[in-house]
Amino acid sequence: MTLMAHKADFKVRGRYLLRDVSIAVTPGEVLAILGPNGAGKSTLLKVLAGEISPSGGRVFQNGRPLSSISALDLAQERAVMPQAASMTFPFTVFDVVALGRAPFRKVSTRQFDKKQVRRAIELADITHLQNRAYPALSGGEKQRVHLARALVQLWGVKDATGKSGASEDCDRTSAARFLLLDEPTAGLDVSHQHAVLALARREAKEYGVGVLMILHDFNQVLTYADQVAVLTAGEVVAQGPVTNVMAPDLLSSVFKSPIRAIDDPVGGVVLVNQSA
Amino acid sequence: MIAVKQMVAALQMQLPVNRSALFLILLTVGLCAATIVSLGMGGVEISVGDVFVHLGQRIGVTEVGIDAFDARILDSLRLPRILRAIVIGAGLGLAGAVMQSLFRNPIADPGIIGVSASAAFGAVTMIVAGHLILGTYYAAFGPYGVPVAAFGGAVLATVVISILSRQDGRTDAAIMLLIGVAINAIAFAGVGVFTYMADDAQLRSLTFWQMGALSGNGPTDMPALIVMVLGIAYLIRLGTPLNLFLLGEAEARHLGVEVEHLKRRATVITALVVGAAVAVSGIIGFVGLVAPHLVRLATGPDNRYVLPASAMGGAIILTAADAVARIIVLPAELPIGLVTGIVGGPFFLGLLIVEKKRRRL
Repeated sequence: MTLMAHKADFKVRGRYLLRDVSIAVTPGEVLAILGPNGAGKSTLLKVLAGEISPSGGRVFQNGRPLSSISALDLAQERAVMPQAASMTFPFTVFDVVALGRAPFRKVSTRQFDKKQVRRAIELADITHLQNRAYPALSGGEKQRVHLARALVQLWGVKDATGKSGASEDCDRTSAARFLLLDEPTAGLDVSHQHAVLALARREAKEYGVGVLMILHDFNQVLTYADQVAVLTAGEVVAQGPVTNVMAPDLLSSVFKSPIRAIDDPVGGVVLVNQSA
Repeated sequence: MIAVKQMVAALQMQLPVNRSALFLILLTVGLCAATIVSLGMGGVEISVGDVFVHLGQRIGVTEVGIDAFDARILDSLRLPRILRAIVIGAGLGLAGAVMQSLFRNPIADPGIIGVSASAAFGAVTMIVAGHLILGTYYAAFGPYGVPVAAFGGAVLATVVISILSRQDGRTDAAIMLLIGVAINAIAFAGVGVFTYMADDAQLRSLTFWQMGALSGNGPTDMPALIVMVLGIAYLIRLGTPLNLFLLGEAEARHLGVEVEHLKRRATVITALVVGAAVAVSGIIGFVGLVAPHLVRLATGPDNRYVLPASAMGGAIILTAADAVARIIVLPAELPIGLVTGIVGGPFFLGLLIVEKKRRRL
C-alpha cells in the first residue's frame, strides 16, 4: 500500500528528465525530495500524480498501475498542492477550497463538504480571507488556499474523528491516501512555512497519510521529514532516512556549495551553507 | 444589472433560496416575457392580450381564437422565428461560456477563435463556387448544400485548431486561442475573396451569412436545430468539470477530471453547436461573449450556474435583438448581426467599465 515509482524514466526528445528513479511514498511517513533547480523534482511529482506517464518503468498507487486507474479514482486517494495555480476568474477563497471536494461530489453530502471546507480554511489560517476574490490575493495567501484545497480533498469522506460523512458507504476506507506538495513553503513567511509543514506532518503521523514534499531548506528536511531522496540531473543519488542521507559531504557535492553541520545548543545539528 | 441585483437581494431576505438559483428563475421569467412581447411586435402589431389568447387556444385552454390573419402571422412567421432565436441564442451563449472556461480566458468566444468565420467561409464557398465543386451533384444537395457546408467549415476549423495546438500529447490552451485567431483571419480573408468574385444575386445571399438573419430556411433548418438542442443538453451539464478546469489543466486532472477527454469532447460539441447556428442564421456576433459576462456579474464565476444562465441569457438577448431588428426600419428588416453589434458593443463596454471599478484593490 504505497505510491511508488519503479525504475521510472521520463524522456523528452532523447533527453532524460528522469532516469531509473525508484522511490516509494509510505503511509504514515514524510518523504522529502531535495535537489538543485532543474534536477527533475517537479517532473517526478508529476509522474507520481499521474499527470504525465513515464516513458519507461512503472508507477503504482496502492498496488495498482497508475495507468489503469481513472482520474477520479486517483483523485479520491491522492491530493496535490501545486506550486502556483493561476486563475483569472474571481472565485472567492471559500469556493476555491470547496473545489477540492469535487472528487467526492457523488458520495458526499453538501453539509459535510461545508464542514470540511471550514475546518481546512481554519487550519490553513485563511479564515479572514474566505470571502475575498482569489485573484486579488498575494502569492503566499494563494499557497495557503491551495493547501486548504488539497486538505479537503485528502480528507475524503471521513471527518477528523474517523466517522464517515458519506451519504452512502464508500469502500475506499482501506486504501492508503497520499499528499504531494510541490515546494509548499514558496512565498510563505517563516511562521506560515512552519505551519504548513507541521500540518503536512500531522496528516502523516495522525492519519497515516503518505506525504511527499519538494523542499529546498535542509533544516526543514531535518525537522519535518522521515525519509529523503536527493535528485540530481534526473537521477536519485541518495535516499534513505533523513539522518543518514543529510551528510554535509554529500550535500556539498550535489549542490556545489560548501555545507557544514553545526551543533545546535538545544540538540541536534543545523546545516549551514558557508561560502568563502 | 444593479437594479436586478437589489431585487434579487430583497427577494432573498424572505426566501431560503440560493441567490444564483433565484437568478436562474428570474431569467426563465425574463425569457417568457421577452417571447410574449416579441410575438406581438413587428409590421403588424398584435397586443399582448391577443398573444395570450392565441397561445391559450393553441394549447387548448380557451375556445376563442383571435383574428385569423393575426393568428397566421403568429403561427407561420413569428413563432418559428422566435423559437429559432431562442435555440440559437441559447446555443451561442452557452458555447461562449464553455469556451471561456476551456481556454481559461474571458475573451474566448466562437467568433474570436474562427469557428463562426470558418462556418461562414464554408457557406460562402458553396454559394459562389458550389456548382463548380459539386458539379452534377449540386442539384442533389438542393437547399441542404449551404448549411452542410457551413457546418463542415465549423468542424474543419475546430479539427485544424485542435491538431495544430497538440504537442507531446497535450493541448496548450493559450496556443490554441492564438491559432484560432489566425484561423479567424484566414477564414475572413476567404470570405472576402469570394465576396469580390460574387455576382449581384450571390452578394445579397452573402450579406445574409455575414450579418446574420433569423428568417430561416423553412424545414431545412430542422436538422441543425436538433443538433443544437442535443449539444446544449450535453454542454449545460459540464459545470463542475469546467469549474475545475478554471484552476488549471494539471489541477483539474489532480481533482479527477479526464482532462484530454473533456477538452476534446467539449471543443467538438461546441463547434457542432456553433456550426449549426451559423448554418441556420449566419454569423451573429457578440451573444457568445456578452451573455456569459452579463451572467457572471450576477451569479459570480461558478459554472454550475453560469452555463444554464448563459443559455437563458443568450436566448433573451437574441429574442430581444430580433424584435428590434424587425421593427426598427419598417417595412424592411435589419440584419440581426448588426443589431447585436450596435446595441451589444456599447452596452458591453459600459459593463466592462463598471466591472473594472469593482476590481479595484
